[in-house]
Amino acid sequence: MAKAYTPGLKVTNRITHRVKRVLPISGEVLVKVGDPVTSRDVVAETFMPGDVFPLNMANLLSMPAADVPECMLIQAGETVHVGQVIARTKGIFGMFRTEYKSKVAGTVESISGVTGQVILRGSQQPVRVLAYMTGRIAEVLPGEGCLIEAEVSYVQGIFGIGGETDGPIRLACASHQQDLTPDVITPEMKDAVVIGGARVTDEAIKKAVEVGAAALVTGGIDDQDLRDFLGYDLGVAITGSEKVGLTLIITEGFGDIAMAENTFSLLKSREGDLASVNGATQIRAGVMRPEVIIPLTGEELEREKEPVHTAGALDLGRSVRIIRDPYFGLIGEVSALPHEQQVLGSGSMARVLEVKFNSGETVVIPRANVELIEE
Amino acid sequence: MTIDPDKINVILATDCGSTTTKAILIQKVDGVYRQTHRGEAPTTVEEPFADVTIGVTNAVTEVQELAGLKLVDENGKLLHPAQGDVGSDIYISTSSAGGGLQMMVAGVVKEMTAASAKRAALGAGAIVMDTIASNDRRKPHEQIQRIRELRPDMILLSGGVDGGTEAHVVQLAELIAPAKPQPRFGSKYTMPLIYAGNKEAAPLIQEVFDESIDLTIVDNLRPVLERENLGPARDAIHDLFLEHVMAHAPGYDKLMTWTHAPIMPTPGAVGNILQRIATDQNINVVGVDIGGATTDMFSVFDGVFNRTVSANLGMSYSISNVCAEAGMENVLRWVHFDMDERELRNRVKNKMIRPTTIPQTREALVFEQAVSREALRLAYIQHKEFATTLKGVQQQRTVGDTFSQEVGGQTIVNNMKLDLLVASGGVLSHAPRMHQTAMMLIDAFEPEGVTRLAKDSIFMMPHLGVLAEVHTQAAVEVFERDCLINLGTCIAPRGQGKPGKPCFEYEFKGETLNESGVMHYGEIKLLPLGEGETAMVSLTPMRGFDLGQGPKKRVETQVRGGTVGLILDARGRPLVLPAERSACRTAMTSWVEAIQLYPEEETAAVGAR
Repeated sequence: MAKAYTPGLKVTNRITHRVKRVLPISGEVLVKVGDPVTSRDVVAETFMPGDVFPLNMANLLSMPAADVPECMLIQAGETVHVGQVIARTKGIFGMFRTEYKSKVAGTVESISGVTGQVILRGSQQPVRVLAYMTGRIAEVLPGEGCLIEAEVSYVQGIFGIGGETDGPIRLACASHQQDLTPDVITPEMKDAVVIGGARVTDEAIKKAVEVGAAALVTGGIDDQDLRDFLGYDLGVAITGSEKVGLTLIITEGFGDIAMAENTFSLLKSREGDLASVNGATQIRAGVMRPEVIIPLTGEELEREKEPVHTAGALDLGRSVRIIRDPYFGLIGEVSALPHEQQVLGSGSMARVLEVKFNSGETVVIPRANVELIEE
Repeated sequence: MTIDPDKINVILATDCGSTTTKAILIQKVDGVYRQTHRGEAPTTVEEPFADVTIGVTNAVTEVQELAGLKLVDENGKLLHPAQGDVGSDIYISTSSAGGGLQMMVAGVVKEMTAASAKRAALGAGAIVMDTIASNDRRKPHEQIQRIRELRPDMILLSGGVDGGTEAHVVQLAELIAPAKPQPRFGSKYTMPLIYAGNKEAAPLIQEVFDESIDLTIVDNLRPVLERENLGPARDAIHDLFLEHVMAHAPGYDKLMTWTHAPIMPTPGAVGNILQRIATDQNINVVGVDIGGATTDMFSVFDGVFNRTVSANLGMSYSISNVCAEAGMENVLRWVHFDMDERELRNRVKNKMIRPTTIPQTREALVFEQAVSREALRLAYIQHKEFATTLKGVQQQRTVGDTFSQEVGGQTIVNNMKLDLLVASGGVLSHAPRMHQTAMMLIDAFEPEGVTRLAKDSIFMMPHLGVLAEVHTQAAVEVFERDCLINLGTCIAPRGQGKPGKPCFEYEFKGETLNESGVMHYGEIKLLPLGEGETAMVSLTPMRGFDLGQGPKKRVETQVRGGTVGLILDARGRPLVLPAERSACRTAMTSWVEAIQLYPEEETAAVGAR
């Protein structure tokens, strides 16, 4: 029988994980294969060309554009410092001359006699790439960056905001079904990756920012709470660059929804360990989901790897999460995979599957509306 | 290669999309070209395959199995020409893989040369990432910063009429040059830049750019303010698309040697076929393709073609943006029952983060179709704002113009003159009932007078667009016979009235339909007229209403039926829904029942609750 494939979020106790760390433009890689790195080590650096400052000298000094090259005291390629006179008009018989003092430091890139425009380029800006994940350098990409590899526990979320950060794992909720409210956020959670259970409220996020938590990971969030926190309505799910005081990761979705039990148990079992977290989400071609990476250390590394299911295969008995109403958020097992298309309540025809819940109840769901819980 | 159209009997065409490669087979059957078989396979541009031709071969293999022909040999190579059961005569393709063609355009004045440059880029099938203009209210260093951040596939620069001022366009070039824009693909590839501005300034432009830019100079796209000349710029975009963008996408160098006509960007091909149809039949056409992330809108009015892409109006990735832009209250006015707004907002966000899910319940379907009405409505507003007469044209007026002064920049989109409205894209194509597709179109576009409604059966327009380049007759024949599914005709007068008062009288005479009556303001009615059937109609609008010939003027014309039939819409134009929620729901319920949009018996199925 042909296998049906469906996407799923990865939640696993142990996996060999690789992260690619590359510079935006070519530069110098500071590590070599086999080097151990911690999440905050710099692995590569480069210098970005400085910002460009166009100066319309003809307008600034009220003269014809064609006269600008003659009036420049600095030529293309030369450096200037703040306050330096870089152009001076000829004036009338050498009198009443006006001049222009540079407001920025940098290099003159070009001087145009057609438009009277002078292009100044500011000094170079250093760009450093951090390791992000504690591990070992597996491969060096010369001039670009490197690949870091580690044995980790790995939790993929469905949606996040905010970029890369790290910190020790601290549990705020006692169970996966407990809402993350302000009263469970304490000052001891400063710089920590705080684990909640079900829905997080706007007040709780604000409290977490107040105490200086590095990240919040929880099951669900209400759209209204997210809007209140961000201050705007999110139109498309392309995130990661927000500067909101912490990184927020939602593991299940929007609404009153509890974190999957196995995700919660996994995070709970790693309490106190250092985690690398990234909220960046991009839901377009080349999908990117937020993640929590917890490198394994000591005894855990010695333990044997657990066998895993074939990724993406939708088989009988597999755990699935229903990802659309009317059963949104419920988790069950695949109990039948009928071949024929069926008519849905909406009137559309679609391929379906049967899901059995713990209670014994079974429901029929379009295959497009479930995702595998990958282990 | 020269192609003799008379010797072509079997045509193979593919469209390489971001996720799926779709192949169709067109064969000459009883002297006419028909689309006979189709197949599809995942696009193979990404790793581990990184060769688009693998997906093409797979899709063609599916077609050959269905057709019982041998179109591809054991080595995965296409066989030509057609001899008996083996091979095809020509092979053509379009592509939007890798996100399509992404461009940045620049022009001196935002409303004039920059608008013309944008029109040229969109018409060529590009996504315009940003438009830089001297008067776009950004400071020069902000513009440079923006250019640095964007990673377009190519840049189009225009500005100034021929013989006019040179300084402004050179100044723009001087902003682009130091920004050193980086191309999206391949660090070794030099950024192509097309200059289509004041021809006198071309030598100065050449001096501004160094070897990091691959400069192509073409005729000015706005040689005088009164006229656009977009052809040379569009041709240059297509050439550079093939030379640079396609050549850097995995496997395209090979695919280009397979095709008998240049590969076209998918939206460019759709625009091409719609223009041909509009010209051939002397009609005005609007086409729409609503996707998960974006909505593409095409129009041809009086021979003038326009295309717009509404970047963040779509049904999955961008659904949250549609609700934010339109406002939830505007979305909910199309829903005929009560819904909890807080829960809906969460559902919208859940669809955004899990874009591949489908509505299981009727309630979810109704809501999704409500969102689509707003997405289409907003995209059409954007299209109307963009498809205008030229701005900046000097006009001479006389005293007689005092009361009818028209200024430049008026939209050329006129719903009363619209003859054919063509729908494509998931929410429109996959609606369980065609009636739903028809009503989504009517509610969003508000066609006036007599308008034919159709949908693209299997999104074949891209294939036919490129086919039109090599074999117009085949493209037009397949478009009419197999591409379009006629939904029917909408009859809707322009004007406002009082609910329940007479709006227009109608009298249909045909083989299968002979009916007359009066439509009252606020009513909508469905009359049966099947596919291939026609009827003569005499329509008499009441005072204050216009059906195309002027207020109260009788209209006599022939109407075509379709899978839905004839929709008589006396809800008035512009369409105004009751502001009060419960009144709006009552009105929607009566319209839903009149058109049989969501028949009850169909809900007793899987997962209905």
